Amino acid sequence: MGLGAYVAVSAALFALGLVAILARRNVIYILMGIEMILNAANINFVAFNRFGTMQLDGQMFAIFTIILAAAEAAVALAIVLNVFNLFDSVKPSEADLLRE
Amino acid sequence: MDARQVALQRLFYGALGVLSLAALGVGLAMAGASGLAFALFAVMTLGGGLMCVWERSVVRSAFCLMATFTGIAGFFVLLEADFLAMAQILIYVGGILALLLFAVMLTPPDLGERRLSRVFAALVLVGGATLWLGIEVARTARWAVHGAPLDGRAEGVSSAERIGVGFLAVDQYVVAFELAAVVLTVALVAAVYIARRRKADLEPEKGDAV
Amino acid sequence: MSLAFDPAVDFALLLAVLAIPLAGYTLQIFLRRKLPHGDKLLTAGMFVVMCLTVYFGAKGLHAAYSGERFFHHSSEAGLEFGWLYTAGTVPDSMNIVMGVLYDPLGAAMLAVVGIVSFCVHLFSIGYMHGDKRYPIFFANISLFTFAMLGLVLADNLLVLFIFWELMGAMSYLLIGHFSHDPSQPFFHRWATWASKKAFLTTRIGDVCLFIGIFMLWDHFHTLRFTELWEHARLAVVENGGAFPAWMTWAGLFVFGGTVGKSAQFPLHIWLPDAMAGPTPVSAMIHAATMVAAGVFLLGRMYPLLSPEVLSVVTMVGATTALFAATMGLVVYDLKAVLAYSTISQLGFMVAGVGLGGVVAGMFHMTTHAFFKACLFLSAGSVIHGCHHVQDMRVMGGLRKKMPITFACMLICTLAIAGVPFFAGFFSKDRIIQAAFLRVLDSRHFDGWSLYALIALSVAAALTAFYMFRLIFLTFYGEYRGNLEHHRFSESLARTGYEGPDPHEHAEPVVAIADHGHGHGEHGAHGHHEDAHHGHHAQPQVAHAAAPAHVAHAVHAHAEHGAHDAHGHEPHESPRVITIALAILALLGVFGGHFWLFEPHKVLHAHPWFEQLVTPASMYGEEVAHWMAPEPTGHELEHHEHLLHQSHNLALIVSSAVALLGIGLAFLFYIVRPDVPGRIVAALGQVYTVVRRKYYIDEFIDATVLRANWALTRLLKWLDENVVDGLVKLVARLNKLGGSFAAWFDKTFVDGAVNAVALASQVFGAAFRLVQTGRIQQYAAFAMGGALLTAAWLILA
Repeated sequence: MGLGAYVAVSAALFALGLVAILARRNVIYILMGIEMILNAANINFVAFNRFGTMQLDGQMFAIFTIILAAAEAAVALAIVLNVFNLFDSVKPSEADLLRE
Repeated sequence: MDARQVALQRLFYGALGVLSLAALGVGLAMAGASGLAFALFAVMTLGGGLMCVWERSVVRSAFCLMATFTGIAGFFVLLEADFLAMAQILIYVGGILALLLFAVMLTPPDLGERRLSRVFAALVLVGGATLWLGIEVARTARWAVHGAPLDGRAEGVSSAERIGVGFLAVDQYVVAFELAAVVLTVALVAAVYIARRRKADLEPEKGDAV
Repeated sequence: MSLAFDPAVDFALLLAVLAIPLAGYTLQIFLRRKLPHGDKLLTAGMFVVMCLTVYFGAKGLHAAYSGERFFHHSSEAGLEFGWLYTAGTVPDSMNIVMGVLYDPLGAAMLAVVGIVSFCVHLFSIGYMHGDKRYPIFFANISLFTFAMLGLVLADNLLVLFIFWELMGAMSYLLIGHFSHDPSQPFFHRWATWASKKAFLTTRIGDVCLFIGIFMLWDHFHTLRFTELWEHARLAVVENGGAFPAWMTWAGLFVFGGTVGKSAQFPLHIWLPDAMAGPTPVSAMIHAATMVAAGVFLLGRMYPLLSPEVLSVVTMVGATTALFAATMGLVVYDLKAVLAYSTISQLGFMVAGVGLGGVVAGMFHMTTHAFFKACLFLSAGSVIHGCHHVQDMRVMGGLRKKMPITFACMLICTLAIAGVPFFAGFFSKDRIIQAAFLRVLDSRHFDGWSLYALIALSVAAALTAFYMFRLIFLTFYGEYRGNLEHHRFSESLARTGYEGPDPHEHAEPVVAIADHGHGHGEHGAHGHHEDAHHGHHAQPQVAHAAAPAHVAHAVHAHAEHGAHDAHGHEPHESPRVITIALAILALLGVFGGHFWLFEPHKVLHAHPWFEQLVTPASMYGEEVAHWMAPEPTGHELEHHEHLLHQSHNLALIVSSAVALLGIGLAFLFYIVRPDVPGRIVAALGQVYTVVRRKYYIDEFIDATVLRANWALTRLLKWLDENVVDGLVKLVARLNKLGGSFAAWFDKTFVDGAVNAVALASQVFGAAFRLVQTGRIQQYAAFAMGGALLTAAWLILA
C-alpha cells in the first residue's frame, strides 16, 4: 500500500484520539487519547521513513517518541491520581478552579 | 441499558464488523497479500480506536486500546521497522497499557455518564474535520518522497543493530539517547513524587469510629 | 460792610445763606439727641440768614437808588458748579452748570424769605413747645427755608425745578407733621391725607411745568434765564412779532406749574386742607414761600409768556380771587378763613402778572408774605392762647385778653383789606391800576381785562369783609368759650353768627373743641366739615349724632375748665411769639412803602419795590424794551394820560372797596348782628353750596380720582397677571427645559453609559464561556484553531 494509505490511517487514528480527548468525560480517556495521537504520529514518522530515505531517522524519532510517551504516561498517571484525590471525581469538568 | 440502547449497540457493532470485512476485502483486492495485511492491521488499529472511543466502560476501552497498539505494531512490521514493532509492543502494551489499567483500577467508574458528552456533535465534527484534512493532504499532496516502497535494504543489518549503533554513535543520536535516559529518570522520580501519599491521606478522618 | 456789590465776598455770603439752613437741618437730624437746644441754634442761624438777606436787599436798594443795574451772576466770582456735562458726546446735549443769580427780584424775595423764616422759627419755639417731634419740626422748616432760598437764587430753570420739587416734598413732610401721632385719631388721619393731597395736587402742576421745561429746552437748548429771555425775544422777532405757537403752549405748561403750586383754580383744593399742619407751617408755606414760588416762577418766565397765555393767566387769577373770597365768607375756622384769603390773594398776584403788571404782582407777593405770615402767626397765637381751639364761634372778646396779638392781627387785617397807608394797599392798588390801564386803553382792551377788573374789585371788597368778620367774631363781643350751650347760642346770636344753631340742627358739624389737651394742635373740628370727604377712609362722623356730640363736646370743654392746668381763660402768648408777631406787623405797616418820613407824598410816591424791581432791572434793557416799548411823541402823551387816569381810578376804587367791606362787616357783626343769620336763611341752598366749597372736591372725587383708581386697578391686574404671568411663564418654560434635559440625560446619556456597561456585560458573558476551567474545552478550542490554521496554510 502506498504512503498515502498510511498517512490516511494516521490521520484517522489522530482524529479518533482527538475525539477521545474532547468528548469523553473521564480523565482516563484523555490519557488514552494522548497515546492514540502519539501513535498516529509514530505511524507517520515510520511511514515516511520507509518511503523516503535509506536512513533510520524516522525510526529513531519514533523510538524517542515512544520513550517520551512512556515517561509522560507515568507522570500523567500520577497527576490523574492527584486530581482524583483533590476533586474526588474523574470528570475533567469538575476540575474547573481556573474558571472565572 | 434499555432496549433501544441495546439495539443501537448491536447495530453499531454489526456495522463495524461488516465494515471491517469490507475493508479486508478491499485490501486484498487492491494489493494482494500485503494489502490484506495492511487492511488487517488497519482494521485492528482503527477499529480498536473507534471502539475505545465508543465503549462505555473504561476497562473495555483500555483493552481496545491494546488492540490499537498491536495493530500499530503490525504496521511497524509492514514498514520494516521490526525493532520498533517490538519496542511498541513491549513499551506500549506492556508498560503504558498496564499503567492505564492501574489508573482505571484506582479510579471509580462514572456510571452516570452517557456515552458521549452533550457537545458530541461539535466534537465529532472536529474529529471529522481533522480526518478530512488529513485525507485531503494525503490525497492531494505531492510528497517529496516517492510513494513507492523502497526496495534497497541494507544487507544483513537488522534495524535493531542499526538503531543501537545510532544510539551510541557519536555523530548520530547519542546525545538524544542520553537525554532520553535523563528524562526517563526524572519522570520516574517525578511520578513517584507527585503520586506520593500525603499526611492528610494517612491520618484517620475525624469522626471515624476508631 | 459797604453797600456796593463785591462778587467775590458777596457770592460767598450768598452761598453761606444757602448753607446755613441746610447745615442746620443736617445737624438737627443727625445730632438732635446731643443738641438739647438745637431749636435755639437753628433760630440763631436763621437770624444770621435774615440779617444777611436784609443786608443784601439793602445792597440792591442802594444800587437801584443809585441808578445802577443790579444783576449779578456767580460766574463773576468764578463760582459755578458743573453738574452735568454731556456736550460733545451726544447730539442735542446739554451742559448743566449751576450758578447763583442775584438780581433785584431775587434780592427782594430773599429778604422776604429770610425775615419770615426767622419769625416762624422764633414763633415755633413758643408754639410747638411740648410737641413730640419738636426737633424734627425745626429741622424740617430749616430745610424748607433752604429749598426756598435755593429756588430764589437759581440761575436756570432746571435748578429752580429741583428746588421746586424739594419744596413740594417738604410741604408733604410739614403738613403731615401730626400724622405721626396716632393718639389723636382724627388729626392723625386728616394730616396724613392732607399732606398727600397737597403733594399730589402740586405734583400735577409740577408735571405741567416739567413738560414746559422740556419744550423750552427742545427749542432753545438752554435753560438759563438770561439766555431764555434773549432767545424768547429773538424767536418772537424772527416770527414777525408774534409769539410762535409752541411758545404759547410752553407758556401754558409753565403756568400749569404755578396753578399747582400757587393754588389757583382748579388746583386750589389742597390749600384749605393744608391747615392740618401746624400753624407755623401754614405761615411759612401759605404766606411767604411755597405759594409765592409759583408767582416767582411767573416773574422769571414773564418774557416767554405770549399775550394768549397772559389772558389765560389773568382769567385764572381773577376767577380764583373771586371764587376763594366767596368761600372765605362762610367758614368758621380761623385758619380756614386765612387759607381762603391766601388763595384769593394769590389770585390777585397772578391776575396782576397777567394784566401786565409783573412788578405789581411781585410787589403784592412780598407784601402779602409779610402780612399773611403775621396773620397766620397771630391766629396761631390766638389758638395757642385759647388752648388749641380753632373755631371762631367759641371765641370772642379776646381783645382784652390778648392785646398784643389783637394789635398785630388788626394791623395786618388792615393791610390785607387794602386800607391806605398799610402795606397791602400799595400792592393791591398797583394791581387794580394795571387792570384799569388795560381796560381804559382801547388798543389793548379785551373782555378778560374787564372781567378781571370787576372780579378783582369785588374780591377786594369781599376780602375786607370777611377779614373784618374774623376780627369781630374773634376779638369783639364776649368770650363764648366757657359758656353752657344755651347761653352759647344766645351769645353767638349776639355776635352775628350767621349759620344755623349748631345745637338745634343736624348739620354735620363735628365737635367744636376736642376736650383732650396737651400741646399738639388738636382740631377745631369745624374743620372736619371743611375737610374733603374723599373716598379715603375718613372719620365719618354720624351726621345724625352731631348735635349730641357737639353739645357733649362743648359741655365737656366747659367742665374741663375746672381741671385745666392752664386755667380756662385765654391768655396772651409768651414773648417769643409776640416778638415774632411784632416784627411782622411792623412790616405789615411799612413793608409796602416806608412813608414815615414823607407821609404827605405817600399816595404818589413810588414804593421801594417799584424802585428796586423794574422790568429793565429784571430782564435787561433789550428784553424790557421789547416787552414794553417806550411810547414816543403822541404815544407818550396818551400813555401818560392813561397812567394818570388809571392811577386815580385805582386809588379811588381800592380805597372804596376796602371801606365798603369794612363798613359792611362792622354793620353785620357789631351793629346789627341778626342780619347775617337772616341773609343766610334767605339764601338757603346757595349758602350750603358755598359752604361745601361748591362741591369741587366731591366732583374731583367722582371723576378724576375714580378714573385714577380704575387705572390703578387695571395696572395692578396687568402687573399681577401679565407681568407676573410672563415671569411665571418663563419659570415654567425653565422647568420644562429642565425636565426635558433631565429626560434627555436619563435616556440618552445614562442610556449610553448603561449601553457601555451592558456591552461590557454581554461581552463578558460571551467571553466567560471561553474561560470555563474545563480542559477539554480548552483543548477543543485549541484544536479548532490549529485546524483552521492548518487548513488555511495547507490548502490555501
